[in-house]
Amino acid sequence: MTDTMRAGTVHIKGHGGDEIEAYLAEPVGEDGPYGGVVVIHHMPGYDRETKEIARRFADRRYLAIVPNLYWREAPGASPDDAAATVRAAGGVPDERLVGDVDGAASHLRSHSSSNGRVATIGYCSGGRQSFLAACSLNLDAAVDCYGAFVVATPPEGMPLKVGPVAHLAKGLSCPLLGLFGADDSFPAPAETKELETILTDAGKEYEFHTYDGAGHAFFSVDRPAYRPEAAMDGWEKIWDFFGRHLASARS
Amino acid sequence: MCTYHTIKVPVSGSGKGAEGWFPLSDATVYFDHPVHAPAEHTLNIDFLNTGRGPSARVAVELDAASARGLAEAILSTLERTPSELM
Repeated sequence: MTDTMRAGTVHIKGHGGDEIEAYLAEPVGEDGPYGGVVVIHHMPGYDRETKEIARRFADRRYLAIVPNLYWREAPGASPDDAAATVRAAGGVPDERLVGDVDGAASHLRSHSSSNGRVATIGYCSGGRQSFLAACSLNLDAAVDCYGAFVVATPPEGMPLKVGPVAHLAKGLSCPLLGLFGADDSFPAPAETKELETILTDAGKEYEFHTYDGAGHAFFSVDRPAYRPEAAMDGWEKIWDFFGRHLASARS
Repeated sequence: MCTYHTIKVPVSGSGKGAEGWFPLSDATVYFDHPVHAPAEHTLNIDFLNTGRGPSARVAVELDAASARGLAEAILSTLERTPSELM
């Protein structure tokens, strides 16, 4: 099995035709074509750890792209400075997020090694945004890793432009994989249960896994929240899910 | 968790960042994941000049006890300072 890949910065068309920065990790070899994954970065930004996740997908023979959602406010800034700037400005508007993910997905579909299928995966705030994108765009699969405020309403007075999006579930265009921590409060297990009910009522295909002993951000290898057992099993769930919905070419 | 809770306050003063001193326009205060401090969550303060770009920033990440101690020290210092100096 080949493991050759190429990875680096590209510029793509995002929401409104704006040019934004993105990180593209692409398998190199004769074993394509490949499915594509739009990796939606967490609230701390377009950072080294998220780029590592993109390369992990390329290692498993998926095209992966991370759009820099903070590019407009902070082009060229360090990830932590960019995240602080966007937080102070009120966060990423949902409409712009959908446009940027659409641009990233189009970039993958037009890649010479694409099999035509594209999924999203997002962590933390990106989990909610992955669900939002999958309810707004035509995708082949979506993964929500502990996204808060899909169901719940944020506290009053919060300046960030974030609101519940579960009412969009009837528009979900693809199967959804949800990976959550039982000790998480954002989202709390009761919220993900409520989302399951909403998805069942809407007749949507989904599978949720909630890990005991894990809280928010259990995939984050560089943070105290990292829970190896949950993360390793979560990755296996992702490979299985993408293997079924993303790996084979569109007929 | 990502708390999302953020309080933004206008401030007047100066801060020293990576490229030296600059005037401050705002501060944001939030309890969330730190970038550097070895804790799951910290009280974070960003002192910013929003007109000078993302790099015009002085950041601190404090554990909760430190943050309370700092807040009390600030208020105590101000209370002890003669009003004619402020």
